[in-house]
Amino acid sequence: MNLQAFTQARGVSGNEGAAREVILKAVQDHIDEHIVDALGNLICHKRPRRPAPEGGRAPRIMLAAHMDEIGLIVTGINSDGSLSFGKVGGIDDRVLVSKQVLVGESAVPGVIGYPPIHLIPRSERDRAPDMTKAVIDIGATDKAGAEKLASPGDYVTFRGEWAELDPTGQRTVMAKALDDRAGCAVLAELLQGDYAVDLYAVFTAQEEVGTRGARVAAARIAPDLAIALEGTICDDLPRLPEDDTSPVTRLGDGPAITFMDRSFIADRRLLNLLLRVAEAKGIPHQFKSAVAGGTDSGAIHVTGGGVPSITVAVPTRYIHAPISMLSLKDLDHTVQLVQAALYALEGGLPS
Amino acid sequence: MINTLELLRSLSEADGISGHEEGVRSLIQQAMAPLADDARADALGNLIALKRGAGPEPRRAIMLAAHMDEIGLMVSGLEGAFLRFAPVGGVDLRTLVGQEVTVHGTRKLPGIIASRPPHVLTAEERSQAVPLERLYIDTGLGIDSLQECVRVGDLVTMRRTFTSLNGEYATGKAMDDRAGVVSLVLCLQALKQIQHQWDVYAVATTQEEIGLRGATVSAYGLAPDLGIAVDVGFGRQQGVSDPAIIEMDGGPAVALGPNVHPAMRARMMATAKDQEIKVQTEVVPGATGTDGWALQVAREGIPTLVLSIPLRYMHTTVETICLRDIERTGRILARFIAGLDGAAAAELGLEQGASA
Repeated sequence: MNLQAFTQARGVSGNEGAAREVILKAVQDHIDEHIVDALGNLICHKRPRRPAPEGGRAPRIMLAAHMDEIGLIVTGINSDGSLSFGKVGGIDDRVLVSKQVLVGESAVPGVIGYPPIHLIPRSERDRAPDMTKAVIDIGATDKAGAEKLASPGDYVTFRGEWAELDPTGQRTVMAKALDDRAGCAVLAELLQGDYAVDLYAVFTAQEEVGTRGARVAAARIAPDLAIALEGTICDDLPRLPEDDTSPVTRLGDGPAITFMDRSFIADRRLLNLLLRVAEAKGIPHQFKSAVAGGTDSGAIHVTGGGVPSITVAVPTRYIHAPISMLSLKDLDHTVQLVQAALYALEGGLPS
Repeated sequence: MINTLELLRSLSEADGISGHEEGVRSLIQQAMAPLADDARADALGNLIALKRGAGPEPRRAIMLAAHMDEIGLMVSGLEGAFLRFAPVGGVDLRTLVGQEVTVHGTRKLPGIIASRPPHVLTAEERSQAVPLERLYIDTGLGIDSLQECVRVGDLVTMRRTFTSLNGEYATGKAMDDRAGVVSLVLCLQALKQIQHQWDVYAVATTQEEIGLRGATVSAYGLAPDLGIAVDVGFGRQQGVSDPAIIEMDGGPAVALGPNVHPAMRARMMATAKDQEIKVQTEVVPGATGTDGWALQVAREGIPTLVLSIPLRYMHTTVETICLRDIERTGRILARFIAGLDGAAAAELGLEQGASA
């Protein structure tokens, strides 16, 4: 399965090479050409396989899924052989405690430890852990020993191995980096189809540090419209009585369509089209029911003279944490929905 | 020959929450039985391996204790497709968020301790520890399957791959105190080559983490002349400065304080010097929180020592230890035992106790 291989590839923002390689291998037989641009985006081109209906021009469509994952970066080597680190992308300090990581190109194993509970005053236990002094321990005992294994600037990934949790029911899986290798897997799957559109499938770089890859890719492609494919917030945990929030998305309820997030307002025509094809085909779907987070659509829709854009996402629990979870049912339905939308868009964007 | 790393790996990855040590016990039995004359479990599940001494009967006996139980979690409720849980032993809830676990239901179910993504949290929420009432286990199962597979009271262990760090260190869960158990196995192995007069009971104890209960009953049952508890100590790590800290790769720390018999300690320190085995000192002003605390007051009282193997990040899933320290502990135990004879018994005041 592509998704498994995609999640296990290591590619923190700015260092997407290994992920790009795995993805290219999976898609190269289904595209006409590809380039890797200055920021490391993998831009794949698939020309129309059929003439556009009624002799019209095939629309140029950009599909974007980001390759990069959140992670850490080594900022210094300490005299005791431990590594100082910074966060790459939005990470809650509280998920860093007591985790295994892999450091640098050669994937040196390390851990992020925490002081023993025995030595922590009771008054501190209700506060978020203080991670300002946290380090990565790679088992080196002094600076020289650590320098043999790691250098400042080394990227660090979480160690979140793939597991299938409920193969016959919910079809849930867990792994690191489902945000957004889920979108990458959807896009790789879509590339196997034939469309009457001029398709640019872009596996973008640096989404997690400010949607920087999508911005330059869109500038190059100048698409007529764009769809960003994501793994989005799924916080369908039980609520306490005092909570007056409802989940952003629910696992198993199908692809989440964004009407607005912190980075853009979805194009109304695309939104209506997606809802129409979902209903026509009986594909389960839901809204991303909170204005939270930002996606590649935020960068794409304001490039050039403006690009009608929307985001469709696989609901993913525990994004931006070391290990995340999704349902392959949702992933399959996301493929079906976007595929149906691509067919419906063969004549261009409806007015 | 025992491979320290591989034995530690198998014990660290095995399951054995306090009171439910069966899984890890069978592995320890396999490791100890070939090195001992007898290896069996007692009523509370302690695994007791006996290696008889060469001295004439009635022989004196020393008991070595290292606990095989680990801290963990227990299912306390089902809520929709999620599980609530309660900690078993001293778990810092803050180390649980985003952690992988195994739920021991009708089958072993992998799961994640749920967290909400930063996108939907306020700064205020992010500054607080996640309280127990907001911590859930997610197995990825739907409600119906979950109800079929999991019941209240089911055990939950941490799911963590044991990993070697830089060749000389190892990290994983339950090093506390499987590392101590490994040192006992290494000691038994060394005693195959070194003659000893006294009987040796190597005991992998149960229920240490919830109150030294296994050690209490096994010490009563065996009534040894001497006892040594091997546990883990607070190895030096970033972000902690505390008088209790001991040095990684500094050898086992021989505790000093009320839990420790002074003459027995002097003998251990002399053994370290003679054999050129690296040891260090750890001052513990009161309760050591180890099996040694129970051993010392078993029956009429037992001269006791506590050895602590330095360990970083205690009670987390990334407990980190130096393999050399485990080997040093095994070696010094064997050498200490080899030196036990009639003169030692007299020196330690045992003759006096026996005649009283």
